Amino acid sequence: MIRFRCVTKVYPRSDSGIRDLSFHLRKGEFAFLTGASGAGKTTVLRLVHFQTRPDSGEVRVSRFSSRRLRRREVPELRRRVGFVFQDFRLLDKLTVGDNVAFALEVTGTPRNKIRPKVQKLLGQVGLAARTNSYPRELSGGEQQRVTIARALATDPLVLLADEPTGNLDERASLGVFRLFQRINALGTCVLMATHDAGLIRRHPDVRLLELEQGFLIFDSQTSDAPKPAAKIESAITESA
Amino acid sequence: MRLVREAIAGVRRAPLLSGLSISSIGLSLFIVGMFAIAAHNLDAALADLESMVEVVAFLADDVPAEKLRIAQSEIEAFPEVSGVTFVSKVEALFNASRDLTEFSDVFSDLEVNPLPSSFEVGLRPAYRTPDATRAVAERLSSYAFVEDVRYGKDWVEPLFAVRRIAGGAALMLGGGFAVGAALLIAIAVRMAVLARATEIAVMRTVGATDSYIRRPFVFEGLITGLAGACLALGLTFGGFVLVDRSLITLSWLPDTWVVGGFLVAVLLGISAAELAVRRELRGIDVA
Repeated sequence: MIRFRCVTKVYPRSDSGIRDLSFHLRKGEFAFLTGASGAGKTTVLRLVHFQTRPDSGEVRVSRFSSRRLRRREVPELRRRVGFVFQDFRLLDKLTVGDNVAFALEVTGTPRNKIRPKVQKLLGQVGLAARTNSYPRELSGGEQQRVTIARALATDPLVLLADEPTGNLDERASLGVFRLFQRINALGTCVLMATHDAGLIRRHPDVRLLELEQGFLIFDSQTSDAPKPAAKIESAITESA
Repeated sequence: MRLVREAIAGVRRAPLLSGLSISSIGLSLFIVGMFAIAAHNLDAALADLESMVEVVAFLADDVPAEKLRIAQSEIEAFPEVSGVTFVSKVEALFNASRDLTEFSDVFSDLEVNPLPSSFEVGLRPAYRTPDATRAVAERLSSYAFVEDVRYGKDWVEPLFAVRRIAGGAALMLGGGFAVGAALLIAIAVRMAVLARATEIAVMRTVGATDSYIRRPFVFEGLITGLAGACLALGLTFGGFVLVDRSLITLSWLPDTWVVGGFLVAVLLGISAAELAVRRELRGIDVA
């Protein structure tokens, strides 16, 4: 589903980015992407979402390849790759329902199919009763759920999440994570960038990819020894 | 529906700028329109005058009749010429006393007819231009027995010059204002794009196409162009009525010119908005 082959992407100004990165995330897989600030987590997500292109190597997402993808094909790819931001990025002037409907409308969903789908998506994230509320009337956890519902609007094959629990308390974080697990159980591949050491520790069954200064230093799927919890803690502490 | 809603929202978001854009297009087309009325009416006047354009070759006395007949046949064969009439000295005097009645006494007291005989040369419609008329006059002058040639160049050429100046001034002034209008539209679009930056970023995140994102802004440009054209039409018609009633009788512009003006305004609005939105969207992505 997502394949990185010797991918390098360096931002010269900050000298940050990723270097010679290779990994493969299969259909329906769930993975944490972790590492200190500037380790390259966001760069990986941006590459998967084709917000940027690699300097060298190849990024493949489903049938789309960074070597061949034309600019006009990017919207098509992005309909297959949902993106959840740490800071939600909801439209304040629209209700919860309209925020989700907006994603459907701008991607060409027929008008008569929008409302039923919005209700289904909000039901899926447990917010069916808040359709007519405005984002400012919701808690952080609820706003993040709306963002997830919006990201799911185009039935993506992959869901990317950039620190989705970064602004949430522990209880809300857990709720959002469980939601990701439910979405993953339905077959959507989830790649979640996170600093949350507690979350990672509590879910040793979830594949872990750890970056350090742009290099992949640990992949729980290919490494023989499980990642020591102490090292995870230290990576997170450094970044905090 | 979304297009109309968002275009109206765009106008409401920056009413002053939208108003300026519309006024600017309106003013540029109004200026073009007034000059176009001048040019159109000059065209009509020129067409009337052109139908009267003829070249008169005054002949020396005592030219043998046979020689004149041969010359007349030759001149009739010129491609520019539609017909040649020979006016004898006697006919010239008769015409003069008929047309200039106030001098009838002078003409009747003459002992010797001072008027020359002449060839009145009519021109085909396609050749009633200053250049063609001058060319025919020069060829007639080459006959040895032709003493003088007159073809009204004193008034035909200045009239054509005025027509050219009216057309040129319309293009230059109208073009200048059109550039100003395009810049104002571009600024209005830029403001609209910036005001909707978050919305556009979300659109890009979920996979909206660039053409879908651009469409409302371009539609706003179209509406601005159309509104400017309506304003220009109103102003031009007002100017036309004012001049027609108070100064000189004029005829209104042909429908094709009016439709052309609307098309120019709409194209100006669309292209200015399209260029501006393409440029602005480059700076907005999802992150």
